[in-house]
Amino acid sequence: MEDGKKTVTRRMALKVGAGAAGVFAMPAIMKTATAQTGGFNWKKFAGQSIEVSLTLGPRADVLRRHEKEFTELTGIKVGSEAVPEQQHRQQVVIQFNSGSPQFDVLTVAWHVQKRLVGKSKWLADMKPLLADSALTAPDYDFPDFTAGGLRWATQGDGRMDTLPLNIDPWMIYWNKELFAAKGLAFPKTFEEVVMAAEKLTDKASGQYGWVSRGLKNANVPVWTSFMLGHDMDPVNPKTVALQTTTPEAIAAAEYYKKLNKDFAPPGTVGFNWNESQTSFSQGKIGMWLDGIGFAPPLEDPTKSKVVGKVGYAVMPQGPKSRNSATFGDGIGIPAASKKKEAAYLYCQWATSKLMCARLLQSGGGSPCRASSYTDKDTIAGLKLPREWLTCLQESTSIGRPGLPEIVPVTEFRDVFGVGLTNTIGGADAKTELTKATEAFTPVLQKSEAS
Amino acid sequence: MTQAALGEKTSSADAVTAQKPGFNRNYLPFAYPALAITAAVIVFPWLFTIYMSFYDWKIGQAREFVGFANFTKLATDARFIESIGHTLYFTALAVILPVIFGTIAALLFNERFPLRGLFRAIFILPMMATPVAVALVWTMMFHPQLGVLNYLLSLVGIPPQLWVYSPATVIPSLVAVEVWHWTPLVMLIVLGGLASVPVEPYESAKIDGASAWQMFRHITLPLIMPFILVAIVIRMIDALKAFDTIFVITSGGPGTASETINIYLYLQAFSFYNIGYASAVTIVFFILIIVLTLVLLYLRQKAKWT
Repeated sequence: MEDGKKTVTRRMALKVGAGAAGVFAMPAIMKTATAQTGGFNWKKFAGQSIEVSLTLGPRADVLRRHEKEFTELTGIKVGSEAVPEQQHRQQVVIQFNSGSPQFDVLTVAWHVQKRLVGKSKWLADMKPLLADSALTAPDYDFPDFTAGGLRWATQGDGRMDTLPLNIDPWMIYWNKELFAAKGLAFPKTFEEVVMAAEKLTDKASGQYGWVSRGLKNANVPVWTSFMLGHDMDPVNPKTVALQTTTPEAIAAAEYYKKLNKDFAPPGTVGFNWNESQTSFSQGKIGMWLDGIGFAPPLEDPTKSKVVGKVGYAVMPQGPKSRNSATFGDGIGIPAASKKKEAAYLYCQWATSKLMCARLLQSGGGSPCRASSYTDKDTIAGLKLPREWLTCLQESTSIGRPGLPEIVPVTEFRDVFGVGLTNTIGGADAKTELTKATEAFTPVLQKSEAS
Repeated sequence: MTQAALGEKTSSADAVTAQKPGFNRNYLPFAYPALAITAAVIVFPWLFTIYMSFYDWKIGQAREFVGFANFTKLATDARFIESIGHTLYFTALAVILPVIFGTIAALLFNERFPLRGLFRAIFILPMMATPVAVALVWTMMFHPQLGVLNYLLSLVGIPPQLWVYSPATVIPSLVAVEVWHWTPLVMLIVLGGLASVPVEPYESAKIDGASAWQMFRHITLPLIMPFILVAIVIRMIDALKAFDTIFVITSGGPGTASETINIYLYLQAFSFYNIGYASAVTIVFFILIIVLTLVLLYLRQKAKWT
């Protein structure tokens, strides 16, 4: 925060200086002065052009919508593309392996790619760039980033190869109207969730108490959300040993099976988030467990029948713990990029207070800056109910990684995803998890050994 | 150049011509660019795939030569074996049904009736749609609670179905999309065959008192059989390598219920980055396609001889 005070002083000095000089200065000089904040020259790399590779979604939408502002500020031209999540991850890996990636900035899904990019050292360390006062604007206010966001962005060896962009905690959307009709309050514990789901389910009228993903791969965070309530991670963060056949893991899978098999609409074994969202938005579902970023379509009258009826609840207390499975994204620069400085200016702009505020206001993401949640103007411009914001803040405060920090995350999700789909389809949880653990153990061992 | 030299050259050229009519070695350089492109885009990728199949190679990790280990692992890989079963099941349905419906449609459109051209144009519309767009539309239609298919069933008193959301019905449901999409192609091929059928055999058959069914069974069907077999070969290759529809609608799920070899191959190569193992899958898959195609081509030749 000390830096913040210095910034104000320098900015004031610059304002006075620029004001006096501006009267006499030539237009070109004036142009440069407008690109400076607090003595910082954003135009240092004007004329360069950078390629930005983003994951398709609301975060990319916000960045691309305001891209021109970055070019006006810095004189750096931006060529950006937004690629669907799965394809983006594959494209990134293939390009990094080619040795010369075609982009200078990219978004990284921490919950899937963190260990992979960290182990391969594909990204530039942000720490030296952050420490360079010639490259980092004084008003960037790095200490404003939350501890959780910085923890995600930092690798095990201390390198920070991304800047925190977004945190996505899981929570429960609930239909207030259906709860009120049954005289129910939102459940406080896992046990009460089952009881409420049972009371809300009326299969004859097509009403169900619960919905969550069941499709393989996509279903793993649902299971880990319940596992965290048992204070158990799927992989021990210290020993990197699988904990997927522990009594807690099996109990979580059984619990998942109970909810999806008995109180969810038929066919959830093939549901991803989009089918779940469609079902919930039709007003016949009591509760939906998923990421917090789905509020905008639920509150959009053109897409939803539950506008104004949605409650936003923090994950209830589990048998041993209360946690929200959390996922997130960072933004980084390939170590092989020849335009690191220009790319770093983009990363700085993308994670600036202004852009973070815009991201929060859009409801498409939860920025990792503390100021986004305290700034009155930002909150006043929020398009979603305040209840959503409160839920987001509380969920973040009890956040815990929803997926293990290992390299073969996708394989983990696939192998256990198949077992979980079978489980919610009626198979025995212990048998399925044992089978999946046996199949995945050699993959993990090989990955850790290499 | 002397007359003797010219004479020598002419005689050597004559010798070549005598060996292979129409072949002249002097023209070979003209084929080099095409040969180079073929080698670069077809031969090299294949050789490289074969090379990679002998390695344990995961992107981001060191390569290790493992000989035939990838192939022996495939033989015991339950998920791969299961995917072969799914592929054959899907292919069988996705070939037989469009061929039956396409042939019936061709027979229908071969008859003269009002607005035939308009109906034929409408019938072939699905074929022009992009597979991914088709798959996305069908995904919405299959939704068990909100999809239009269950709504239509409810109108006639049939209970809602789970379609692609149940392991039991996922493959037939995916085949329904293929049938809708590709029956027009079969219809066009068979219709072309029907246009080439002579009218004389029918006149003779009518004089002999043959029924419509007998004329179809003993005249039309044998004459259009080579065309039907061409349609079967094209459909079979298409169905075997079907990817976009399955990937977009189910990604191989629920669980692994619709995981075909192609989906499994994609997972290994681009989700798990097991390049060596995926290369082995590619080679086995290619052999399977070649064998099935050869069988069908043999049947086609046999039909011609008959």
